[in-house]
Amino acid sequence: MSRDSQQRFDVLVIGGGPAGMAAAVRAAECGVDVGIVDDNATVGGQIWRGDLADGRSRDAVKWSELLRTAKVTKLCGKRVFDQPEKGVLLAEGENDLFELRYRNLILATGARERFLPFPGWTLPNVMGAGGLQAMVKSGLPIQGKRVVVAGTGPLLLAVAAYLKKHGAEIPVVCEQTSWSNLARFTATLLGQPAKIAQGLRLKGELGGVPFVVNSWPLAAHGRQALESVTISRGGKPETTQCDFLACGFHLVPNIELQVLLGCQIQAGHVRVDEFQRTTVESIFCAGEPTGIGGVESALLEGQIAGLAAAGGMEEARRLFPGREKARRFARHMDRAFRVRPELRILPTADTIVCRCEDVPYSRLQRQTSWREAKLQTRCGMGPCQGRVCGPAAQFLFKWIPDSVRPPVFPARIENLSALAGGPLKNGAALGGFE
Amino acid sequence: MLSQMTVMVNGSPVSVPSGTTVAVAVVMAGQACRTGVTGEPRGPLCGMGICFECRVAIDGRSHCRSCQILCRPGMQVRTDE
Repeated sequence: MSRDSQQRFDVLVIGGGPAGMAAAVRAAECGVDVGIVDDNATVGGQIWRGDLADGRSRDAVKWSELLRTAKVTKLCGKRVFDQPEKGVLLAEGENDLFELRYRNLILATGARERFLPFPGWTLPNVMGAGGLQAMVKSGLPIQGKRVVVAGTGPLLLAVAAYLKKHGAEIPVVCEQTSWSNLARFTATLLGQPAKIAQGLRLKGELGGVPFVVNSWPLAAHGRQALESVTISRGGKPETTQCDFLACGFHLVPNIELQVLLGCQIQAGHVRVDEFQRTTVESIFCAGEPTGIGGVESALLEGQIAGLAAAGGMEEARRLFPGREKARRFARHMDRAFRVRPELRILPTADTIVCRCEDVPYSRLQRQTSWREAKLQTRCGMGPCQGRVCGPAAQFLFKWIPDSVRPPVFPARIENLSALAGGPLKNGAALGGFE
Repeated sequence: MLSQMTVMVNGSPVSVPSGTTVAVAVVMAGQACRTGVTGEPRGPLCGMGICFECRVAIDGRSHCRSCQILCRPGMQVRTDE
């Protein structure tokens, strides 16, 4: 068995976004040995990706500085893929394998965008809203490009403002929800001046970009890559030339690792108690996996989990009222940006739903459950393991996703064989590559 | 100032600033990352290592998620492998 490194922590945090950073910092302040693992090249998660360079978010700068100076072992560019025995996780780097032992584990695995299929959504340059933003933050030149932003959720405006600031032309931002939903949501912000200021700043940055509600993409067009998109606007189709379509339908939590470790899931979220403890002993969960709540909620839950995992129960308790307020906001957000049922009819018979295995909508229509779809069509059986088509199928067909099996991410064959205690003959059977 | 570097995408040079991901270099080169099971060209979707649409071969190692890996000078990237 070859493992490049074995490390042992009192508190191990999985995920280096706001919740994970806050958890690691607070746990370290209690004087215990803390490690934090993230699969990206740097910490910050998706929301703070690249924000340190432009100093835009005060919270990002604050927590990065706290984490930098904290006594925390940072393991970036490493992805956890299995727990071979209780208290031990395996993580894979670009060229190496790590065995991480923990007494307490904090899962702060964040969220991903929800993608919904419509004709043409598989064309190159149709990306997630957060997806395109991440690409621009990772160096993609966007100056002078035409970008249609569409989908639902508070991310759309933030992405549009970001892209415009970096020189993109945004012909329109399409939000699928209604004015009444938005108005109700805005009213709930009245007690939260910081959020109103944030909203006004975004509005200012957006300048003259049209923001339309009751609007969504009907089809993307192009030969080898995207050339134009047809949107439904006020019930009428309207086609716009563009270089990119940035399209995401709010967020879904990353709960695969929690499911693998046996944590109980309730209505799609990880069930936690007041100290962010999951139903599995010594495993905590914080941030988006417990309910999509945004960065403020994630920071509070992360701090509570970090303190509680390191024994600082009284200090953790002092953060409960703030977390309650953040969670109320989350519930309002959830209601405001619920995806409308009309979007279920966007895919046509040959629209691909599972992008890994190219399973079209018509084949899925004949199935009765997620399990049956997997067995009969290979939907959700490719390398993304249903992370993209699972939430889409759940929306389209109301299928409930079932159990998660290791490895929770595709891992290299030599690492899977280390896990099995010897060389494997048939790596593909374990979801392995190479 | 960010320094520039050159990576090879399917044998053609692409000049990128340091800190650029391989996925970005592939999009800048105007290439699709892979071909789907039914022959469609595919490019990055999620930008965060979830969707696996951006996988390419890097320096001979296939199935690398190019959105998670930073360019290194002289890197050899092959799409559709």
